[in-house]
Amino acid sequence: MSARKSEHSRKKEKIVSDRVNRLSPSGIRKFFDLLASIEGVISLGVGEPDFATPWHISEAAVRSLERGYTMYTSNSGMPELREETARYLKDKYNIKYEPSGEILITVGVSEAMDLAMRAILNPGDEVIMPDPHYVAYDSCVILAGGEPVLVPTSQENNFEVEAKDIEARITDKTRAILIGYPANPTGAVMSRKKLLAIADVAKRHNLLVVSDEIYARLVYGVEHTCFASLPGVRENTILLGGFSKAYAMTGWRIGYAVAPKEIITAMTKIHQYTIMSAPTMAQVAAIEALKTGESSVMEMVEDYDRRRKIIVKGLGDIGLSCFEPKGAFYAFPSIAVTGMTSEDFSEKLLMEEKVAVVPGSAFGDCGEGYVRCCYATSLADIEEALTRMKRFVKKYSK
Amino acid sequence: MLKDVLRILENDARTTTKQIATMTGTPVAEVTKLIKQAEKDKLILKYKTIVNWDRIEDDQVWAIIEVKVAPEPEAGFDSIASRIAQFGQVRSLYLASGTYDLLLVVMGKSERQVADFVSENLAHIEGVKGTVTHFVLKRYKVDGEILEGGEGVKRQPVIL
Ligand SMILES: Cc1ncc(COP(=O)(O)O)c(C=O)c1O
Repeated sequence: MSARKSEHSRKKEKIVSDRVNRLSPSGIRKFFDLLASIEGVISLGVGEPDFATPWHISEAAVRSLERGYTMYTSNSGMPELREETARYLKDKYNIKYEPSGEILITVGVSEAMDLAMRAILNPGDEVIMPDPHYVAYDSCVILAGGEPVLVPTSQENNFEVEAKDIEARITDKTRAILIGYPANPTGAVMSRKKLLAIADVAKRHNLLVVSDEIYARLVYGVEHTCFASLPGVRENTILLGGFSKAYAMTGWRIGYAVAPKEIITAMTKIHQYTIMSAPTMAQVAAIEALKTGESSVMEMVEDYDRRRKIIVKGLGDIGLSCFEPKGAFYAFPSIAVTGMTSEDFSEKLLMEEKVAVVPGSAFGDCGEGYVRCCYATSLADIEEALTRMKRFVKKYSK
Repeated sequence: MLKDVLRILENDARTTTKQIATMTGTPVAEVTKLIKQAEKDKLILKYKTIVNWDRIEDDQVWAIIEVKVAPEPEAGFDSIASRIAQFGQVRSLYLASGTYDLLLVVMGKSERQVADFVSENLAHIEGVKGTVTHFVLKRYKVDGEILEGGEGVKRQPVIL
């Protein structure tokens, strides 16, 4: 029996490609399976809005189905959506992109990230990115045959990545810099000044910058700087944006990439063979979101901001010191007082107090010693989670 | 600042002063003062709860009543409206544009009671020219809250 089993697993190793085997085994996967099996858990683990999509946006999609919009669209997306996206970027950041040729509508930023990496990387090319970072970043690079190169960031620097630290890691093989601010998991926002320094490095070394700005609209008391809007970087920048977070549309699977024509043409090539076109009803909903969604976004941002303040203060009060996250919907407190690893902390907290947070180590070595708490959940749940965590931290504080 | 506090309370009257203080970055004492003043100024009229009575009892009858009135030369619609507003059965009262003047939302224990209110009370008020009563068959949404079928957020336990 056991002999057969090991034979089976050897075979399995061969079945799965080396590339996939290299992807970090998702430690949080088992953790979330565990979560799903326990009753009464308050989850600060999920990284998505707790709002339903504003109804006027959903309505537009329902109407489109009734009118028979159930076919593929053009590979690069409906012309109207590309035009609206261009208009939006012009209005918001004063950057100009051609709706035909420089904008590609994708299945979320997820697909856009994958396309970007596959379009620009040759085997062994290096992509420099901050640590900790969103879990898909290094995976997308590896799947595209590239090598992620990590730049440590820390709470002392508000988890902002420094241009000089990026520059120190540039080699002959470096192809691109990948940044994502406002950041998952830290909630960090980059100042314009620091982004300018990165722009300068990118220009001097002729590197591409892939900027994941999915959380661009979720900033609190600060302005989001769109990387592509910085002087002189347009030709080097692939800007990824989406609807998931700002408009509470995670399940629709819709986003976009904008970049100079040569890059978008390459990305569209891959997209047309692997995806065809983004979901049509989601494209219709996205048009509606861009046209009339502004006030909904503002309402949601106001609401997140209130909860953000409650959770940051609450975490501080119970001894989990937390730098002020100015964007996204995550708080990233240090759990140093407990002396536990972030995985231990998260697992014990789940088992003993039924509160789910995500271990910071899931996002890179520099996330060790922190946990990610998503505050896109009801105020009552946040308060209850804080009460439970207080008990927990008191019990385990050194 | 005051508007922020009012919006927070309007959304959830049970938000504590301490929570509001944190949310708005204002000292607790100042929030307390603001709320006290707003209550005194009748900016805040009352703290209430939205109850879905339909689920526990059925002796509530709601009606929407259109009322045509002859405005008074001096006071216009206001004096008639303020008389009608005195009745406890009248839950809401608006002056509306269109084919009628006042719009009432009335609650009674039975259709009989609502009918009596119209014929005994409303019709006798001087200046009331005519009424049209619509009985409510079902309430779907009250004060911004969907009563049934609002199942809330359907989040799956995903990660990222
Ligand atoms: C930083 C970051 N980028 C991209 C995504 C994926 O976005 P989309 O839903 O547009 O694929 C997420 C989702 O959690 C995210 O946190």
